Amino acid sequence: MSVVDDPATASVASGAKRPSRLFKNLSAKIASIPMILTALCVFVGGTTWTVVYSFTNSRMLPRENFVGLDQYERLWGTDRWIISIKNLAVYGVCSMILTLLIGFTLAACLDRKIRFESAFRTIFLYPFALSFVVTGLAWQWILNPDFGIQNVVRSWGWESFAFDPLNNPDIVMFGLLIAGIWQGSGLIMCIMLAGLRGIDDDIWKAAKVDGIGTIKTYIVVIIPMMRPVFITSLVLIASGIIKLYDLVVAQTGGGPGLSSEVPAKYVIEYMFRAQNLGQGFAASTMMLCSVVVILIPWAYLEFGGKKRG
Amino acid sequence: MKLSTKLMAATAIVSASAASAVELEVTHWWTSGGEAAAVAKFAEAWNATGNTWVDGAIAGSGGTARPIIISRILGGDPMAATQLNHGRQAEELIEAGLMLDLTDVAEAGNWREIVNPPSLLDSCTLDGRIYCVPVNIHSAQWLWLSHDAYEAAGLDVPTDWNEFVASAPALEAAGTIPLAMGQQGWQQNLAFGAITIAVAGLDDWREVTVNKNADVARGESYAAVFQAAADARELARNSNVQDWNQATNLVITGQAGAQLMGDWAQGEFSVAGAVEGQDYSCLPGLGLNEILDTGGDAFYFPVNDDPEITAAQKELAALLISPEVQVSFNLAKGSLPVRGDIDMSTANGCMQKGLGILADGGILPSGDQSLSADTQTQIEDLMAQFWSSDMPADEAQAKYADIIASAD
Repeated sequence: MSVVDDPATASVASGAKRPSRLFKNLSAKIASIPMILTALCVFVGGTTWTVVYSFTNSRMLPRENFVGLDQYERLWGTDRWIISIKNLAVYGVCSMILTLLIGFTLAACLDRKIRFESAFRTIFLYPFALSFVVTGLAWQWILNPDFGIQNVVRSWGWESFAFDPLNNPDIVMFGLLIAGIWQGSGLIMCIMLAGLRGIDDDIWKAAKVDGIGTIKTYIVVIIPMMRPVFITSLVLIASGIIKLYDLVVAQTGGGPGLSSEVPAKYVIEYMFRAQNLGQGFAASTMMLCSVVVILIPWAYLEFGGKKRG
Repeated sequence: MKLSTKLMAATAIVSASAASAVELEVTHWWTSGGEAAAVAKFAEAWNATGNTWVDGAIAGSGGTARPIIISRILGGDPMAATQLNHGRQAEELIEAGLMLDLTDVAEAGNWREIVNPPSLLDSCTLDGRIYCVPVNIHSAQWLWLSHDAYEAAGLDVPTDWNEFVASAPALEAAGTIPLAMGQQGWQQNLAFGAITIAVAGLDDWREVTVNKNADVARGESYAAVFQAAADARELARNSNVQDWNQATNLVITGQAGAQLMGDWAQGEFSVAGAVEGQDYSCLPGLGLNEILDTGGDAFYFPVNDDPEITAAQKELAALLISPEVQVSFNLAKGSLPVRGDIDMSTANGCMQKGLGILADGGILPSGDQSLSADTQTQIEDLMAQFWSSDMPADEAQAKYADIIASAD
């Protein structure tokens, strides 16, 4: 297009092309109209509405009484919100690292052409079929000092054994983390395994010829080749972290005290239990901001870079 | 063809039965043993009139159930009647015109005369119109003591809070948890409220909770309250149950010495077959200040387009406050009736104590009536944090005063 010097010729040329592009795959475009409308009205519209009303003093019902940044000032002055953010940060970092590590290690082990591979795959993936509520309750029982692991180990004769994360405010987040990883790493393993299967056998042969050890081949050659797979996994894990709610409700209820509260739970409880929509909206807007802060630089690097390159 | 015939037949059956009796769906959060027995009394009375009570029990405490109830009303799928605590919870729903005006039923039944204390009806009133039926009075300031636990420790059962605190080391030595406490914010808040009235006294309590005077909340009397609460926190250190009825069960079975809980705990004791004065005793106002708050439950009736249902809603409203239903319901629930003109002589010792205090006028408005749900939640959050951590008493007091200062 840039070679065409005469603007008039250019506009005629593109004018003649445009209809054909617009009407290309017409049925597919018509079919996607409902989804486009849903995305615009529900996601964009709903988000905008929430952000706008977070500047009001709405209580049980939305009201257009704007109070500026009052809700945000209160939010950042609230202990519970600060605790929630810290908890989510701890959970997020640990969950991200451990899920990737465990998922990849399991996948690499399965990829070594072991026997009963499909049986192991099923076992590892099974927890993912459970809802977070079931996972949370099951782990609540397993970690209960009176019936669970602690009791079993003590009955073996180790009387002083103590493992009671859910009743200890300092380590309760790790109790949640165990359940979260137990459920989530199976799916990541499957995605990683699919990625590993996509690696050409010739690469392995070449590595062998060059005399590179197996583990070194994984780290230096295979993992860089699996970049898209890792990015998919990261997005899946990150979205799971940000919306962490049902696991907490089922497993600890935010307790003991406030020590396992998370931001999503703050939003729900201030919107409905405290009947303070404005405060809940302010908190959910902050959650959106945190996602955007992470997402925009990443999207810029990922997509912006490609165009230039 | 077959399916549509079946569907038509089913519709015919449904509409035929609907014509003869009105089905009203009633939502509530009465799910523990004693509570379920009490709500069954309402259902029996309503079914006896030829109508049908569709029970919509929502498990979990009011904190779980209220959002469900409110979002159903706001979402255009209202139930016929619902439990809420009287107070400020339904304020905005009434203002938005979503609740049925019961003023004509109230005038016909002469509620203004019979409801005692009258403040209950005031909580149902907005701009001179009445929107709810109070069904019972619940007070929170009760200390429940286990005779078994004290017998095992070789002590006499205490007669007030101070004696109880003094007896705690002996209980602990006997392997008993001194104070049973469910690890939920509302229970910890309730215990704190009961301690406040007992320690700070009525005037300071009223100044803080009703008039929202933050200076009093920063003052000396409240410092004593927070110190007492910090002491109670140590006594409840080993109690790691969650729900209130599990905590009550610790008292019933003698694993714990005492529990601070509202008079609804009474229902659990009677379901377990425990006898007042023999297996357990109760101290209203913690034995220090014989004053009870008058919170409680009320039924609200969301507006409905169907005139038949509206008529049935009004019929149900009148039934809930009728003398016989009040007696049978409150005996099962362990709560006090909302009318002073009925015979409660079959009630046990604890309820008689409560009735006596009510008759003497030792009453104050409940937290639900004075504080908005927003402020209540903030205080509950603070209490959850305070009771489960080692937060010093003065730090908690400062945070509490800040919440009171910003309350509306």
